[in-house]
Amino acid sequence: MTTAAPAPKANMGQPIPRYDAVAKVTGRAQYASDMPLRDPAYAYLVTSAIAKGRIDSFDLSEAQKVRGVVDIVTHENAERLEPAKFFSDGGYASTTNQPLRTAEIAEEGQIIAVVLADTYEAAREAAHRVKVSYTAATPTTSFHSAGTIAARAKGQVKRFKDDPKVGDFNTAFEEAEVKITAEYETPPQHHNPMELFTTSVAWNGDSLTIYEPSQFVYGLKNGVATQLGIDPDQVRVINPYVGGAFGSKGSMTPRTAIIASISRRLRRPVKLVATRDQGFNVSTYRAETRHRVDLGARRDGKLTALRHEGWEISSRADAYCVGGTRTTTRMYDCPNVDSAVWIVRADRNTPGFMRSPPEVPYMFALESAMDELAHQLKMDPIELRRVNDTTREPIGGKPYTSRSLMACFDEGAKAFGWAQRNRQPRSMSDGDWLIGYGCATTCYPTQMAPAAARVRLRHDGRARVEIAGHELGTGAYTVIAQAAATRLDVPVEKVTVVIGDSDLPPAPVAGGSNSTASTCSTVMMVCDQVRQRLFKALMPNESLSDKAKETVGVGQTPSGRAARSDQPLDREKAFDALGVNVIEEYGEWKPEGAPQDSFRAMHSGLVRIVGGPDFSGRIAYAFGADFVEVRVNRFTHEVRVPRVLGAFAAGHIMNPRTARSQLMGGLIWGVASALHEATELDERYARYVNDNLADYLVPVNADIPQVDVILLSEDDAHINPAGVKGLGELGNVGTNAALSNAIFHATGQRIRTLPVRLEKIEA
Amino acid sequence: MRSFAYQRAADPAAAIQALAAASAGNNPLTEAEIQPLAGGTTLLDLMKLDVMRPRAIVDINPLSPAWATVSLENGNLRLGAMARMADVAANPEIQQNYPVVADSLKFAASAQLRNMATLGGNVLQRTRCTYFRDISYEACNKRNPGSGCAAMDGFNRTHAVLGTSDKCIATYPGDFAQALIALDASVDITGRAGTRTIPFAELHKAPGDTPQLETTLAPGELISGFTIRGRWPRSAYLKVRDRQSYEFALASAAIALDVEDGTVRDARVALGGVATLPWRARGAEAELKGQKFDDALAERVAEIAFEGASARSHNEFKIALGKRVVARALHQAVTMEI
Repeated sequence: MTTAAPAPKANMGQPIPRYDAVAKVTGRAQYASDMPLRDPAYAYLVTSAIAKGRIDSFDLSEAQKVRGVVDIVTHENAERLEPAKFFSDGGYASTTNQPLRTAEIAEEGQIIAVVLADTYEAAREAAHRVKVSYTAATPTTSFHSAGTIAARAKGQVKRFKDDPKVGDFNTAFEEAEVKITAEYETPPQHHNPMELFTTSVAWNGDSLTIYEPSQFVYGLKNGVATQLGIDPDQVRVINPYVGGAFGSKGSMTPRTAIIASISRRLRRPVKLVATRDQGFNVSTYRAETRHRVDLGARRDGKLTALRHEGWEISSRADAYCVGGTRTTTRMYDCPNVDSAVWIVRADRNTPGFMRSPPEVPYMFALESAMDELAHQLKMDPIELRRVNDTTREPIGGKPYTSRSLMACFDEGAKAFGWAQRNRQPRSMSDGDWLIGYGCATTCYPTQMAPAAARVRLRHDGRARVEIAGHELGTGAYTVIAQAAATRLDVPVEKVTVVIGDSDLPPAPVAGGSNSTASTCSTVMMVCDQVRQRLFKALMPNESLSDKAKETVGVGQTPSGRAARSDQPLDREKAFDALGVNVIEEYGEWKPEGAPQDSFRAMHSGLVRIVGGPDFSGRIAYAFGADFVEVRVNRFTHEVRVPRVLGAFAAGHIMNPRTARSQLMGGLIWGVASALHEATELDERYARYVNDNLADYLVPVNADIPQVDVILLSEDDAHINPAGVKGLGELGNVGTNAALSNAIFHATGQRIRTLPVRLEKIEA
Repeated sequence: MRSFAYQRAADPAAAIQALAAASAGNNPLTEAEIQPLAGGTTLLDLMKLDVMRPRAIVDINPLSPAWATVSLENGNLRLGAMARMADVAANPEIQQNYPVVADSLKFAASAQLRNMATLGGNVLQRTRCTYFRDISYEACNKRNPGSGCAAMDGFNRTHAVLGTSDKCIATYPGDFAQALIALDASVDITGRAGTRTIPFAELHKAPGDTPQLETTLAPGELISGFTIRGRWPRSAYLKVRDRQSYEFALASAAIALDVEDGTVRDARVALGGVATLPWRARGAEAELKGQKFDDALAERVAEIAFEGASARSHNEFKIALGKRVVARALHQAVTMEI
């Protein structure tokens, strides 16, 4: 075992290497824009330079003269597509601001023309030669802009049903022995996955094939079919690998149907690779947020009152909100809780999911406030969490299916050397550098969604698993192969996994960290169907008695560990008895509490996620504790982060190697979200200023000297058959607060507005 | 990016010949229709962004190795313009005798860029002003003379506080140039009339009313090399930025000192990340000379270095930061072991 492949503890799978490792490091893995097309036209987008107003005219004369230009599509000649319904209103789209319909401009970077040419270079040159005359209006940019209106999220956003509250916050806060009231802000951020936003399409008669990096091939297939007015069965979306997504490739963006319609008109395949800067507007982003947190507590640290209000930016077109109060109001034991979420509309593109959408901004506010409270109480911040730890969430009184928060804090603290911390701020230093230690709770809701899979097993033990899951770099191929190998009792090398294709049985969006739980629970169930057939072949007269369950694994415990019967199934003998060489099973699985229409919705590319705080009769979260050491230069105020450590418990760990990698990436992301990443706005024009990877900062290796991940053993029988909580979005929650808390410890100065820039540190 | 003609110059004479047509049209150098290509790390970038639109480029890479030699003879350092940043930064003699030169190169850009970029091209690197680099903003006096300045009242956190004008506040982005100007380097410029040598301090121009004119180079001229007289083992480059690598300076200082028994005999101070051009702080140098070094002197010197600085809405912090960087860099240079 190595650092990269930690030895499995109880209830963990083997840290086998990635299924797709060799293909990726040798460049054989084909991403969507690598797919060969026959004589494609290359598309290049022209996007709006204003955020609000209208196009008066185009001058295309210079552009049309560029050799190789095939067509230039604007609102004046574009095909009329069917409107796209917003995903949270039961549709597929990331935005309802459908470009190329009218001369109106509703956001910076709106697609206003598509240039098609025989080469990428000609398309780009012609796009640069398109001249546009606008009449610009003054846009509303953000919270600070004049004339903004805030309205409650409740009632506007279907997904956000209610503002959690319980008890009598006002009285309790009034009477509290110790109080904290603080306001926090987080900046807009863009996902910037390595792989750009590309779309390649080819028509074959009435059938359309789309190669596009997607976290949801069924959603994209159905969404595009709706916009084009064709049968979804005529659309196939293929993307075996996604080069990073983080939420930006979850919902259908306008570009896909536009490119498909142009291709249909040209009768020619079309390939689009939007540029890095266009990507800031072509897809979604994490909008800026503001928070006010009020905490009331007894002198011993016990919380008596908690209120969290959040304000979020959305577009004029759509009411998007993340509503993280559903998590922050349930994190600690507190009898009197109040909350509210507000949406502020601006002339911006519609925000969308970005890794841990609610938890990153909202937990920053809560976990910063908890640190402020600990300081005021002169209490160790870990002890404050311990005093307020709970096995039931306070809003509905539902029990946590499992909660290893304090175990994470204790193991993490030990490994980090937290005991060496002098509680007094500005008390630790090394030469020119002030040293600070900070910690914070991290959490992520455990979520599942219906999925289907097909499993084929040959007599020689070779197996093939088909499921329209998604490999975003997370390890989906690997854990699906492991689930199948374990359940079929075959070596993992004999399992072939086929994913990323909408012709396969449907899987949910790879979002909300539901993928491993959903796909592995489904694959395990279908593998059991295969085993049942083998069992019946061997014992045709037996019903599925207890003995049968033992033998074929029906009714196994959630983690699947007890599935192994003492007498392994004699596969060869069973195949001989059946008289066939291959058997194949298809099955549809849905999590407990999934709505009635789940399976139908699943085939239509509509998401029915359950879990987290909305689980029936219980609440399910994964937990962790983040620790950060910062060093702040007393002269220049530069901030360094010599080490970050996270301890996490997330139910059954399918593969400690891929889990560690995900969590490590999350911790680094968390450092970035505290210290580096911020999309800067030009307040005058509602435009993103630093829309490139030179000016939009993400950490480089020199910024991240040491990251340690500790995986705790945890067994949770109350979530899903795989026993998996999902951890893709667990690692990057809380890190921002831990870092900012460390800055306070180092300097005595609290920075409540992210990112921490050196000019915000005063002395 | 526009389509362009590409040609490769076999030797300096051919390069000068090929670039000769660039002097036609009376354009400023940056707008010349024919542009030389060395490492290409700025030119290609700006061409892709459609900011620079040359009709033709002349690849001068065949001028290496002749123009890429580095030599330290008779106490003078001669750097060929085609030497790559990475090679010069890794040169042990330069690290020992001119740490400010080695460090200014080492702390710049990324390893990949330092492997490609040449010294001559590096000093001519154009500003990173996001409004200059985005042609969808019409207002840019540098790109589009007379059109205004979008940065002046825009998001200008990284913009300059020294050497600015009411036409342009774009920061000069480089690091190496601060070392050159601090050490009184000279620069050799080769053109049709032969080679002329000027002080490096006379290469760049402040924006004034004509921010489109960035240097005193004429179209068709090439930088062929740099010379630094004397050795400066007690010298340092301190660069402060938003991340630890691959990022431009928010504020930096190039310091070179001659200290004997705690008294400063000679001092050089240049500032980066805060000015519109490589910036020599001569007032600060004068204050240092003949003085016993202590923290109070360092702070006084830092104040003088930023006399006359003026900030816009987002870059006020650079004045305070810049002063702290100067004081800290002086401290670093004084205490370094040589």
